Amino acid sequence: MATKVSEEQVEQQIFDGLVELGTERAVLSREATLESIDVDSLDLVELAQIVEDEFGVELRGDDVKDVRTVGEVIELVVAKAE
Amino acid sequence: MPEGYALVTGASRGIGAATALELARRGWPVRVNYREDEEGAREIVAQIEADGGSAHARRGDVASVEDVRELLEPGELGPVLVLVNNAGLRLDGLSPQLDDEQWQRVIDVNLNGAFRTIRAALPPMLRARFGRIVNVASIVGLRANAGQANYAASKAGVISLARTVAVEVARRGITVNSVAPGLIETRLTEGLDGSLADAIPARRVGRPEEVAACIGFLASEEASYVTGTTLTVDGGLSA
Repeated sequence: MATKVSEEQVEQQIFDGLVELGTERAVLSREATLESIDVDSLDLVELAQIVEDEFGVELRGDDVKDVRTVGEVIELVVAKAE
Repeated sequence: MPEGYALVTGASRGIGAATALELARRGWPVRVNYREDEEGAREIVAQIEADGGSAHARRGDVASVEDVRELLEPGELGPVLVLVNNAGLRLDGLSPQLDDEQWQRVIDVNLNGAFRTIRAALPPMLRARFGRIVNVASIVGLRANAGQANYAASKAGVISLARTVAVEVARRGITVNSVAPGLIETRLTEGLDGSLADAIPARRVGRPEEVAACIGFLASEEASYVTGTTLTVDGGLSA
């Protein structure tokens, strides 16, 4: 069940999740492309799990296949939570 | 050894029961799944505990999405880190006489069930950077056996499923393999033609423990570079 969340909350969670997956916090920004920070398809699966656990938002493969940047992931989660 | 538990589906008897005992012997806490045979599952749990291991019985039908979700829940033991997809059944008949229900039921338990448990097991394994998945297939999944089109298709399916998932998750320390037993003394092979043993180079049917030993190896940390493969355990029948 999705709950109303703020963009700041989602950003914090996504950043924390990416750090947990091994990305250096220093290279994280909304503009960073997933490719440039070495986030691969399995990382996205894990990130989707974190997002689901935290916000109840389910991200399917189709949802994330065109996502390029960290900011786009955040926007996607916020949009789905609404 | 990472903290977590091993789940063996269909573990109240036969190869599943032997596998539960083998994994417990190797130090894993074991969730012993059963669908109907609660007594059998409890006996296996008691046997594991008597040997100093840790186990508990858990009912669940792998053909049920809801049951699978509950079956894979993390417990006091942590997340599932070893998954052995053993639950299976056969409903034999020559293809022209197989009805949709016989076809569907076998595919749903043997193949769809394995997919559902794998899908549910992967997230915690990905997080742990460790996982061992073994599908119990059959040599019938590799070569023909008249009267088992549904069973053969399901077993070929789990072999292919294992190979595909193996390459998807190999870079996370998760291995996915299959074993393909030949003729093994279990309830599933009861009633099969006894003269079949004459065709086996080893001149005997196999024991569940002989399959379980192979599964135990594939589930071990030592087998960390073995993935996407199928180990036949058939006394040379398909050699």
